[in-house]
Amino acid sequence: MKLNKITMSIVAGAVALTASVAQADVKPAVVYDKAGKFDKSFNEAVYNGVKRFTADTGISVREVEPTNEAQVEQGLKKLAKRGNSPIVAVGFAQANAVSAAAQAYPDTKFTLIDMVVPEANVQNIVFKEHEGSFLVGALAAMKSETGTIGFVGGMDIPLISRFGCGYEQGAKHINANIKVIHNMTGSTPAAFGNPSKGGELTRSQIEAGADVVFAAAGGTGFGVYQAAADAGKWAIGVDSNQNHLQPGTMLTSMVKRVGEAAYKSYEAANNGTWEPGFVSMGLAEGGVDWALDEHNRALVTADMETQVNALKASIIAGDIAVHDYMSDNTCNY
Amino acid sequence: MNDIFLTVLLTLDATIRVSTPLIFAAMAGLFAERSGVVDIGLEGKMLAGAFAAASVASIVGSPWAGLGIAILVSTSLAMLHGFATITHRGDQIVSGVAINILVAGLTIILGLAWFHQGGLTPALSNESRFLSITLPFVEQLALIPVLGPIYKELISGHNILVYLAFVVVPMVWWVVYRTRFGLRLRAVGENPKAVDTAGLSVIKLRYKALIVGGVLCGIAGAYISTAHNAQFTRDMTAGQGYIALAALIFGKWRPLTVMLACLLFGFLDAVAVRLQGVSIPGIGEIPVQFIEATPYLLTVILLAGFIGRAIPPKAVGTAYVKER
Repeated sequence: MKLNKITMSIVAGAVALTASVAQADVKPAVVYDKAGKFDKSFNEAVYNGVKRFTADTGISVREVEPTNEAQVEQGLKKLAKRGNSPIVAVGFAQANAVSAAAQAYPDTKFTLIDMVVPEANVQNIVFKEHEGSFLVGALAAMKSETGTIGFVGGMDIPLISRFGCGYEQGAKHINANIKVIHNMTGSTPAAFGNPSKGGELTRSQIEAGADVVFAAAGGTGFGVYQAAADAGKWAIGVDSNQNHLQPGTMLTSMVKRVGEAAYKSYEAANNGTWEPGFVSMGLAEGGVDWALDEHNRALVTADMETQVNALKASIIAGDIAVHDYMSDNTCNY
Repeated sequence: MNDIFLTVLLTLDATIRVSTPLIFAAMAGLFAERSGVVDIGLEGKMLAGAFAAASVASIVGSPWAGLGIAILVSTSLAMLHGFATITHRGDQIVSGVAINILVAGLTIILGLAWFHQGGLTPALSNESRFLSITLPFVEQLALIPVLGPIYKELISGHNILVYLAFVVVPMVWWVVYRTRFGLRLRAVGENPKAVDTAGLSVIKLRYKALIVGGVLCGIAGAYISTAHNAQFTRDMTAGQGYIALAALIFGKWRPLTVMLACLLFGFLDAVAVRLQGVSIPGIGEIPVQFIEATPYLLTVILLAGFIGRAIPPKAVGTAYVKER
């Protein structure tokens, strides 16, 4: 009896010990996309989330910035080997690497942003970019004087078409006759870092009458915003709030809160509530939004603001269904 | 009709913008290869030039200062290439590729260290970049049918480096075919031994050719980051150095035909931008990837001997060894 009690207390103590060890054992890490953590866009948004987590909890986050594709899987595996967990992998291009690393290290928690891999130890976070794009498309249609607006995508993949499709649907919701010009920069990941081409695509769209151009193209976007500013037209940023890049000609930005996603993933792991599976963040969850700040305040009238916010409420309430390009790989809404 | 005319004009206008760095880089390659030195490092020198120009322009606030430093940096790299391949007779391809890799990494590291923006340089204000120049009498001449729009859309409204590119080409032609230096340059690429026998220094001539190439690559880089764009981003030359090399081969190492090849490749790029998602009657939609691959395809077809023959300078690729 007495022995039993002792055993029990030892077990309880051991359990408590492991629990506290598990608490302190959160060694979060992040592997950025090739564009690097200061891309003023997608990766920088993640970086800001990482920074905030460190500031709030005092737990440092190990970072890896791969410069080529081969380094992604190496980076993930190395972090897992060193006992880092959870490891946030940024971007669709890391899906295969995450899948391989998750199989090799089944006890490590992985969080993949923007893509889904069906592994038991991977949390997949995807965003409803089409909902956010719908709002900026609607705003573009309200602002456009020519009845023509443009979209410049990065790499030609369904994920980027999802931005373009939502944008078009939003614009058509405001003005059924509006013309939307779609362009993709290229068919390799380099298409996210080619500002010259982005500028040329934008100029061609402006020549064809577009007066608002939305870029969902990472670093290629800088060329888009510059070309729009040079021509005195409006541009729409993406992922991070990019309104400050060309103040006065940036109509708004389609904000994708990837930083929030990384933060929440770390926080959940820290609290022991991290779960593998599938998380989808839309307007309702605060995963996507449109940006209004001092840099674009003058471009957005109170009336436009009210209208866009009304649309946002309707989408959240389910009154407007925004078509997801990736559900059927077509843009029929 | 009028719409189609304007579309064609605007496409040609884009062609000129896109071709400009190709022309500078291809002319640089022309000097190097005519002297017998393969220059696969055009890409790296352009990238270094782009980085130097954007960095200096953002700090000093003057595009001209940026251009000057770009030329200096690019020429230094050309001298490095020369030191490895002319003085020490190293493999020209290896040295060129090494420069490309070195610059790709170095620009990002220096950018990170200096500007803390992830390898980017700060966006340039209008004062610190080369802006479009509107030529005189545009509005008055715009009323003239055909010629007016051509003058307004196609000829006017480029930045100074674009005009410089089209001045450089006849200058290169004149230097290569009408000067003593040009004659010796061509000779040293064909038969360095004969040049040596005539009492001229092969090494000096090749260094001179690389200096000219370095200057031209620097201008190409400055154009990319401070005229066509307004900041440096990583790997922003995006393979244009290789396209320029393809144009050099396609143009058979002659200035005017090389320029035409650059314009053709630039035109294909400008058309690719405009043909995206557009269905052409009778043909349907042309895949953009196909148009993007066309410059390389054309070059391969040419090399295979289908469009005339491209004969490189005889001594290209080999270091000169004086007999003892």
